[in-house]
Amino acid sequence: MQPFRKHTGIVVPLDRVNVDTDQIIPKQFLKRIERTGFGEFLFYDWRFAGDGKKSDFVLHDPRYAKASILVAGKNFGCGSSREHAVWALADYGFRAVVSSSFADIFANNSLKNGLLTICLSEEQVAGIMRRAREVDNYQLTVDLETRRVEDNQGFSETFAIDEFSRHCLLNGLDDIGLTLQQEAAIAEYEAKHPARTAMKTVLANS
Amino acid sequence: MPARTLFEKVWDAHLVAASDGQLPLLYIDLHLVHEVTSPQAFDGLRANGRRVRQPLRTVATVDHNIPTTPRGLPLTDPIAARQIEALQKNCREFGIPFFDMDSPDQGIVHVIGPELGITLPGMTIVCGDSHTSTHGAFGSLAFGIGTSEVEHVLATQCLPKKKPKTMQIAVRGKLPEGVTAKDLALGIIGQIGTDGATGHVMEYTGESVRALSMEGRMTLCNMSIEAGARAGMVAPDETTFAYVAGRRFAPKGKDWEDSVALWRSLATDAGAKYDHVVNIDAASLTPFVTWGTNPGMVVQVGAKVPELSSFPQEADRRAAEQALAYMGLQPGTPIEQIAVDRVFIGSCTNSRIEDLRAAARVAKGYHVNSKVRAMVVPGSQAIKLAAEREGLHRIFLDAGFEWRESGCSMCLGMNPDILQPGERCASTSNRNFEGRQGRGGRTHLVSPMMAAAAAITGHFTDIRNWRFDE
Repeated sequence: MQPFRKHTGIVVPLDRVNVDTDQIIPKQFLKRIERTGFGEFLFYDWRFAGDGKKSDFVLHDPRYAKASILVAGKNFGCGSSREHAVWALADYGFRAVVSSSFADIFANNSLKNGLLTICLSEEQVAGIMRRAREVDNYQLTVDLETRRVEDNQGFSETFAIDEFSRHCLLNGLDDIGLTLQQEAAIAEYEAKHPARTAMKTVLANS
Repeated sequence: MPARTLFEKVWDAHLVAASDGQLPLLYIDLHLVHEVTSPQAFDGLRANGRRVRQPLRTVATVDHNIPTTPRGLPLTDPIAARQIEALQKNCREFGIPFFDMDSPDQGIVHVIGPELGITLPGMTIVCGDSHTSTHGAFGSLAFGIGTSEVEHVLATQCLPKKKPKTMQIAVRGKLPEGVTAKDLALGIIGQIGTDGATGHVMEYTGESVRALSMEGRMTLCNMSIEAGARAGMVAPDETTFAYVAGRRFAPKGKDWEDSVALWRSLATDAGAKYDHVVNIDAASLTPFVTWGTNPGMVVQVGAKVPELSSFPQEADRRAAEQALAYMGLQPGTPIEQIAVDRVFIGSCTNSRIEDLRAAARVAKGYHVNSKVRAMVVPGSQAIKLAAEREGLHRIFLDAGFEWRESGCSMCLGMNPDILQPGERCASTSNRNFEGRQGRGGRTHLVSPMMAAAAAITGHFTDIRNWRFDE
C-alpha cells in the first residue's frame, strides 16, 4: 500500500449528499478482474452522457484538472461494498476525500488503499466546498502525522483516525502481514472452536 | 458478567486477540465468496505466496453477473465469462467448495447460505457484498467487506475490526394486514435515514419481529445496510431453530442439541444497554413505495410525491430536487397514479419462497398489464424447483410474468437484465440509486405483493385493497 504522510493538493467540490458507490463506479465496470485501470470509469454516468459526450460534471472543469482531494456532502460512499469505488478514486489521482460522514465499508476500503477519508463538521465541509468554488487553485494540506488539515485561507482543524489505521497508513503496512504475526493466537482459537457446519460435506457436494 | 446484548455475546465469543495499540482481532466462522469482488483478492494471495487458511470455512458461488436465461446457453458477455472462469479456477486451486452455474445448489449467495444450513446462529459471517447483513436474521454477526478484506479473511480467517456501537430497533405492536417485512424495513429507513445507523450494529426486537418468518427476518436484516448499519441482527428463537433443523449442512444429532442450547443463550440479557434505541410503531406502518434515488426517500402508498418545501434542510431539499428530476416525477403526484413499465420480483431482499408465494397470490387470476414487462427471478435453483413443485410458476406464466433462472439479475443489472433509459420499474430489490438497474432507469422499491399488483394494474396500487382470487 502507498504510504500517506503529508499531502497538499487542489480540492474539487462535489456538492451532493449520499454519493453512493454505484455512482462512483457504475456496475458495468465491475467485471474486470484487475485492481488497476478503474480511474477512467470514475463517476462515469455523471461524467458522460448516454452518447459518450462529456457532461458539465465538475471533474471536467479545467480549474480542477489536477485535483487530488475531493470534498463532498454527508454519507459519502454509501451502498455497495465494491472496493472498485476506492480503486477508481485512487487511480484517478485522489489521495483524500473530505466529508461530514462516510459509509463504514467505504471508509474501511479507503484505509486499505492509502486513500484518506477525513471527517469534519457539516459547517467546515460547507466552508471548504465554498472556498473550492470561489478561490482559484484552492488547496488543502493534509498531515497524517499531526492529524491536521488546513488551507492558506485561515482554516485549520484536526481530524480523528484510529491509531492502528494511522500507523498502517503512515508506514504503508500490509495489515494481512500483521494479522499473520498472531498465528499462535489464531491457531489456539481454532483448536477451541471447531466448525459447526459440516463443511467437508459441502466440499464433497459442490 | 454484566448484562450483554446479542451482538456483544457474538462479538466476545469471536475475539482472537485484543492487544494494546491494535484493533481487536475477530475470528470469521464463514466466508462467502462470489465472482465480482474476489478475483483481485486471490491474485493478492498468489502475489504474496499465501494460502487460504480455512478453505472449508469458505463457500463460493456465481450470482452477480450470470444471465437468468436458461442454463446451458453460452454466455454472451466475454468479460463476465472471464470473471466466472477466474472464480472456477481460484476455487480449484485453493480447494474451496464452489456451487457453479450448473449446480442445483447455485443461487444468490445470501439465499443459499441459509437454505443449505451453512449459515447458523451465533456465527461471524463475511462476504464481499454489502447485503451480507441478511444472515443476521439468524442471530449471527454478518457484514459486508471490500476486496482487501476478502483477501485478509482468505489468508488469516480473521479481521482486525473496530468494535461497532449497538442500536436497538424496538418495533412495538403488530404489523397491519398487507404490511410486510419489506415495508417495515422501508419504514425504518424512512424514519432514520440512509445514514441513521452508520457505525452501528442493529438489533431488531419486538413482537412483530418475533412474528416474522425467517424469510421476513432475512428481508429486514438485508436492508440494514441501507440505513448505514454494519449489520442487523435478530435473536435466534424457535422460529430460527425450526428453519435450520434438518438443513443439509446443519449440525445433526447430539451436535444439534448442543448447538441449540448454545444458541438459546445468545438472546440479549434483561437489563443490557444499547448505545441507541429507535422506537417504531408497527401499527402506524402501511405499504411503502420509494419515490427518489435512495431507500430513505420513501412514502406510504396512499401518499403523494413530497413537496420540496417539506425538507427543512437545504442539502436534503437539493437532493430531493435532483432525485425528482432523475425520476421524472412532479411533487404532489399521488403515488398510486405513477405508471410503471417494468416489474422485477427477485434479489437477495425478496426472492425467497415466501416472497414468491405472496406475489403469486396477488397475480392469481389476473394478467400483467399490456404496457408492462414483468419478471420473476427466484433467489436460487432450489427455490425455483420448490416454486415449480407448488405450481407458482404456472400462476406467474399464466398471468404473463417471465419465469427465469436464479441470480442477482436486475437488482444491480450486471447481467443482461437491465432497464432502458427512462423506464420505470417497481422492484422488490434493495437500492433505487441512479442507474442501479440500468443507466437512466427509474427504480421504485416495494414489497413482492406491491410489485405484483403494480404489474397487473400498470401503476402502484395499495395491496390492502386487492381482491384476491382464492
